[in-house]
Amino acid sequence: MGDAEARSADDLLPEPEPHRVLGTGAEPEPETWPELYRHLVRGRRYNTQATVLTRQGRLAVYPSSTGQEACQVAAALALEPRDWLFPSYRDTLAAVVRGLDPVAALGLLRGDWHTGYDPRALRIAPLCTPLATQLPHAVGLAHAARLRGDDVVALALVGDGGTSEGDFHEALNFAAVWRAPVVFLVQNNGYAISVPLAKQSAAPSLAHKAVGYGMPGRLVDGNDAPAVLSVLRQALARARAGGGPTLVEALTYRLEAHTNADDAGRYRPDAEVAAWQDRDPLALLGAELRRHGLLTDDREAALRAEADDLAATLRAGLGTEPALDPADLFAHVFATPTPQLREQARRLGVASA
Amino acid sequence: MARALNRALRDALADDPSVHLLGEDIGTLGGVFRVTDGLAAEFGDERCTDTPLAEAGILGTATGMAMYGLRPVVEMQFDAFAYPAFEQLVSHVARMRNRTRGAMPLPLTVRIPYGGGIGGVEHHSDSSEAYYMATPGLHVMTPATVADAYGLLRQAIASDDPVVFLEPKRLYWAKGELEPDVPPGGQAVVRRPGTSATLLCYGPAVPVCLAAAESEAARERGWDLAVVDLRTLVPFDDETVCAEVRRTGRAVVVHEAAGFAGPGAEIAARVTERCFHHLAAPVARVTGFDIPYPPPLLERHHLPDANRVLAAVAGLQWED
Repeated sequence: MGDAEARSADDLLPEPEPHRVLGTGAEPEPETWPELYRHLVRGRRYNTQATVLTRQGRLAVYPSSTGQEACQVAAALALEPRDWLFPSYRDTLAAVVRGLDPVAALGLLRGDWHTGYDPRALRIAPLCTPLATQLPHAVGLAHAARLRGDDVVALALVGDGGTSEGDFHEALNFAAVWRAPVVFLVQNNGYAISVPLAKQSAAPSLAHKAVGYGMPGRLVDGNDAPAVLSVLRQALARARAGGGPTLVEALTYRLEAHTNADDAGRYRPDAEVAAWQDRDPLALLGAELRRHGLLTDDREAALRAEADDLAATLRAGLGTEPALDPADLFAHVFATPTPQLREQARRLGVASA
Repeated sequence: MARALNRALRDALADDPSVHLLGEDIGTLGGVFRVTDGLAAEFGDERCTDTPLAEAGILGTATGMAMYGLRPVVEMQFDAFAYPAFEQLVSHVARMRNRTRGAMPLPLTVRIPYGGGIGGVEHHSDSSEAYYMATPGLHVMTPATVADAYGLLRQAIASDDPVVFLEPKRLYWAKGELEPDVPPGGQAVVRRPGTSATLLCYGPAVPVCLAAAESEAARERGWDLAVVDLRTLVPFDDETVCAEVRRTGRAVVVHEAAGFAGPGAEIAARVTERCFHHLAAPVARVTGFDIPYPPPLLERHHLPDANRVLAAVAGLQWED
């Protein structure tokens, strides 16, 4: 391991301008673009419904990915079922697009359990709250899969703020040294809660950071769903073929506040938000599909109806009280509860596991 | 003891292909204390891996390997060098089973040479066990004998829970015999029976307490001191500890870590809560002082020795 052939730094540099597909005259892909659009419409509805549910007290908090749906959808669709996804707390939607039950995906944010699903069932690691700490997990898992000879790659999601964390650095360095089959997707949405990127990094782009680790950096328009999908698929194929890790930076924007508890008006002007609303990932892809006759009014209406069904599922699932059992507090701390935990369970008046 | 640990790692690697060692300088060099000597040569770089010098990265990647079903054993080079990995340990390793409702257990061992007494310069002699004990979800083991070094490490690696395995570095050169079986983790062992007072200790403090109990001074005072080796700090063996304290009615907790909010505070409280009516005196503590670990030329004043243990025993209200 660690014997990657020397490459010139120029080969690793990201493209000078973000990679784009929409509006470039590229031929549409009827196999993938309509499907991307379908998930974008569902994803937007999922985000808006979840935010409404926070106002109704049905969710403790929801860090919305509204505006970032192209990254969420492309990340999930780029992976094979045997691969692993390592989401952060803002990536609930990516987990849902990968197939996770839309209600179970919200267990963390509803507050009935930290991870409302079995990570091994769909190969989705727990939604990770401490910033960038999921990245070394993705590297280790990908490395382990390669040691076992399994054809598995890992895709790890992180935000622009997370790239300042030490774990980001250590994960990328380990990945490059081990040539682990892992891809890092930075969703650069411009802000870490309130702090703009200029206060986060002085790098020419976040993708440039890849060069120092000896892996390629890619820069992509994060609101151009076909572009994100294509760059991720190339990076994943490279990892799968033994070429090692890639750092992908997707330029996007968080159209809503950090969470429902945040007031974005305190740190960013309305005009900036409006400019990004003009680059809404749904509108960009929708317009292109219509231009090519791949989206009709009827189809659009059918998609909206399907998205409304998803929202109704969410409302129904979160409208009922979750089944809570205080005995769960003690059941999964250790394989076998310690005598002390048994005693504490007895004191709380619940059966010890 | 270092050779017993080496043997435990070698046997674990041979018995279970999912065991992988990760750490700094553990490959070609065999570790700064030579605990992994020869293992990279025997099992290859992929089973005994020299990693980049980044403790959070080591533990973070080991966590990912365990998520995939491997059984990583991580070496932190020194106690104080394990702190960069603290977030991974606390926020992920200790919680993975719990946050996934048991779906994703994390079988992972973190070996940490700890404690002073070897003349180490700054940042090479910390007793950091209280941090790990205070983190729910971790087992904390620390051997004091050669037999336990082998036996407990094998148990730690075989455990389906994460184990912080604290190796008393000043006992690395201690001699002793391997035994086919040692008592399971979670069980304290009486190293010396006694009737006058009970010394509760672990790791590097066990030989100190045994020396105090066997000393001429103790014989002259007519003290027959029991010595209990805790072996495992989490889970804590209330049963053995309390049975031994009730037998003598007096107890002293001995450790190198700072006394304030240290392991002895928890142990004294537990013993008092459970044995109050059997106690002839408050539970005493002999610990490191509440100071940053001192420079090597001053450490002998800081480390509990047999005289400080005996002075504490003398204060156990014998006149009543």
